[in-house]
Amino acid sequence: MTKKQLKRVDIILSPYSVSPYQVLINTVKRSKDEVIKEMINSGLRGRGGAGFPTGLKWKLASEQISDEKYIICNADEGEPGTFKDRKILSEVPRKVFSGMAIAGWATNSTKGVVYLRREYKYMVADLEKEIEVFNNKAKEIGLDFSINIFLGAGAYVCGEETALIESMEGKRGEPRNKPPYPIQNGFKGKPTIVGNVETFASASMVCRYGADEYVKFGTNDQHGSKLFSISGDSPKEGVHELELGMSIEDFVHEFGDGDTKAVQVGGVAGFCVPRKHFKTTIIGEGQTTGGATMIFNSTRSMYHVLHNYLDFFVEESCGQCTPCRVGTQQLLKGIEAVKLGEKEPEYLEQLIKLSQTMKVASKCGLGQSVANSFASIVTNFKEEMIY
Amino acid sequence: MSVNLKIDGINVSVEKGSTILDAAKKINIKIPTLCHHEDLCVAGNCRVCIVEVEGKNKLEASCATPAEEGMIIKTNTPKIRNARKDIISLLVSEHNTQCTTCYRSTNCELQALSSEHNIDHERFLSVLKPHTKIDKSSWSIEKDDSKCVRCQRCVRTCAELQHVNALTVSGKGKEMKISTFLNLPFSDVVCTNCGQCITHCPTGALTERRYFDEVWEAIGDPTKHVVVNTAPSVRVALGEMLGMPVGTRVTGKMVTALKKMGIDAVLDTDFTADLTIIEEGHELLTRLKSVLVDGDTSVKLPMMTSCSPGWVKFIEHMYPEYLGHLSSCKSPQQMFGALTKTYYAEKNNINPKDIVSIAIMPCAAKKFEANRPEMRDSGYQDIDAGLTTRELGHMIKQAGLNFAELEDTKYDSFMGDSTGAAVIFGATGGVMEAALRTAYEVVTGREVPFKNLNILPVRGLEGIKEATIKIEGCLPAWSFLEGAELKIAVAHGLINARQIMDMIVAGECPYHFIEVMACPGGCIGGGGQPIPTNNEIRLKRIKAIYDEDEGMPIRKSHENPEVTKIYADFLEKPLGHTSHKLLHTKYRKRNRY
Repeated sequence: MTKKQLKRVDIILSPYSVSPYQVLINTVKRSKDEVIKEMINSGLRGRGGAGFPTGLKWKLASEQISDEKYIICNADEGEPGTFKDRKILSEVPRKVFSGMAIAGWATNSTKGVVYLRREYKYMVADLEKEIEVFNNKAKEIGLDFSINIFLGAGAYVCGEETALIESMEGKRGEPRNKPPYPIQNGFKGKPTIVGNVETFASASMVCRYGADEYVKFGTNDQHGSKLFSISGDSPKEGVHELELGMSIEDFVHEFGDGDTKAVQVGGVAGFCVPRKHFKTTIIGEGQTTGGATMIFNSTRSMYHVLHNYLDFFVEESCGQCTPCRVGTQQLLKGIEAVKLGEKEPEYLEQLIKLSQTMKVASKCGLGQSVANSFASIVTNFKEEMIY
Repeated sequence: MSVNLKIDGINVSVEKGSTILDAAKKINIKIPTLCHHEDLCVAGNCRVCIVEVEGKNKLEASCATPAEEGMIIKTNTPKIRNARKDIISLLVSEHNTQCTTCYRSTNCELQALSSEHNIDHERFLSVLKPHTKIDKSSWSIEKDDSKCVRCQRCVRTCAELQHVNALTVSGKGKEMKISTFLNLPFSDVVCTNCGQCITHCPTGALTERRYFDEVWEAIGDPTKHVVVNTAPSVRVALGEMLGMPVGTRVTGKMVTALKKMGIDAVLDTDFTADLTIIEEGHELLTRLKSVLVDGDTSVKLPMMTSCSPGWVKFIEHMYPEYLGHLSSCKSPQQMFGALTKTYYAEKNNINPKDIVSIAIMPCAAKKFEANRPEMRDSGYQDIDAGLTTRELGHMIKQAGLNFAELEDTKYDSFMGDSTGAAVIFGATGGVMEAALRTAYEVVTGREVPFKNLNILPVRGLEGIKEATIKIEGCLPAWSFLEGAELKIAVAHGLINARQIMDMIVAGECPYHFIEVMACPGGCIGGGGQPIPTNNEIRLKRIKAIYDEDEGMPIRKSHENPEVTKIYADFLEKPLGHTSHKLLHTKYRKRNRY
């Protein structure tokens, strides 16, 4: 365990002190292998929540032989409590496009797509202007890479990369079986890198500062800075860029309202940490996080919090696989039955077991992650579930 | 290239691209499945077939996971058993578990899984949606969402085998369901009634609309004269409903059973299959003459068969501008119906209003066909009810007959005579083969030049089969065909039919005559046949059909003595006035959604 003091950083959201397109120009002068190696050495991991090593993804994609490859920026920011990508795309979109272009150049891809969630439609006009600037810049420097926007239709599951690809292909947004993975068989059957908005922005920053500088931020497990979407019972709610590796305790001291009883790390698909574990839980150590952090004070009923999460999952499961479609309904109905006394409190154990089945047997990350919040809330706040 | 892996301690080597499930099957390890079907693409939805892959914490769906070199798989561990039991329990918890009143009881894959794993009803709460309405709008198919397990086998069937896409998924989460376009009633959508969704459904969510209660009523009514005709492919599949091995021929037992049930006359659809060959064969020759000799551009070639009502409705929906290519011949069922209430009634001196005419068919679409408003040329509804092979199986059980022990009985006459050519209507390519056996002989006076009359190029399960027959030594009346090469094709499964239609649309279709059957394998794989159906079963039924053909004393339609007789007594000549009135029909354009 490497604990770091809570530290604010200003890399991703800082204004363009060096033009991100200058970073791009400098980077494409280097060798592709060298840049991919730099990315691997930076230890950067996907910022959407799953935490796959970005450099490795690029390397695997670069090794694919295909007449066409795609770079997709996943801006389907649907995780409840997450709103950092919106801020990045509003304030520093050029960092994102620069990262996408570097990824494209390094893996021999010529087409980039920003998959924007429908609720961010208001941003389209501004983004299109920025994309035009980028596309012109790419032409000017002789880089064969262009970007356009694809607007999602509003399903949470489309944030899952294969469901996102299905949706882009005009199909129903349902996750695919994996393997094959998108880097082998993605959009239109071609090798595809799907990355989070913040990942591409961070990739551009890795190229700007170099891996050696970048790894100075964060812990052994997770390098770099990270944007946190902070919401709930906090006087400082909003997006904050922090170095990875602080304890929840420090985090709560900085962002809580003095009465924090639980912190949900990683959105509703993440874990709920109770007060007794604040000291020993390090953000970014062990589990990865998309950065959604919800703070609950003692006025909150954790039963209602969980009920709210489950309502969300029951609706947002795509419905194709059994554990997720029916499991989410059972968890919701189950906690209601226990609360009403229709089921014995021991039934909660059965439900936790069910959530473990969902974790190991669901088709995609949606169903697999329900157990995280469910088990952590039911285990740590059992009395609130019953009484 | 092959990959080597180890499953439950046993080494196995499989082709690269095989799944873990394939590999397990190879060494006789049974992994339970639900959404998997041999005919269809991989879904990986139900998660029943999960296995442990060493080095992975997650369980993998064996139907959807490729076998990889060095994999170590376990198929039966506490972790798997617990998860599988949870998953099956979840499926049961959203299911209408009124099994005692379900048509598919004892032939339901969820019921079997649940029984095997001793699923405890108390494990989870019921999340079955209340008040689900059964869609009974279609003449052919009923849809009961309360019994749906959302495996999407029907959706994949409708898309991949049939390319109709009448069924699709709508909604998400707990609202996810299998739906028609805009959730319209089945009767109003593009559905062809082929019934393949029924034979691929693991439960009772999709079933044929049953008419056997009405049939029992008619049998019990002394004022009614109940006539049954049985389709060629029923006799090679019915045994499966009654505990006999796949591919058993039960023609004689079936006739006995129907008689014991109280049917007044048990007749053979084969008779009108032979009649179809005469009418359709002459139609083809007439069309060829019109096009080749008279240069008549209003006559369409290629001519396409019209025996399969699923196919007919498909072209009415999908390619209505090309209806002119369909033979105007009614299907054997409908020819039978029209003749039963005219020729048969007259011969037997029965008032046609007292006849109840029932067809036993391998088909769901035949129910719809019987109810088409144009199928009333006898002055009455020509066929009163179309029953599936499955319904007949149920009726035999209801009658308390020990089917396996029944003696053989011959069909009643007349309209009970059959030939080998008629029997093979039941397999893909059979109509073509029967037509060629007759047409070639009509034109040349000689038997078709294939050994033992077996036209092998049109047999088998290949999606589109084609052949070219050179016509030489014509009789004087057909001299315009001298030296012509007749190009023919056979398609089964509507996705293959669509390929042919697209060739016609593109003006690139080289054929003169095409047989199309809506169902994969032809009628032996029909939507009304016993469940399950897969290629192994289709091949066994096909073999039984050709065995039946080889065993027949007469194997050419034009030699059926009753056919000769009906032309002498009643119809006068092929394509004559009476034929046109009773045996031919018209088609219509239908909606495209």
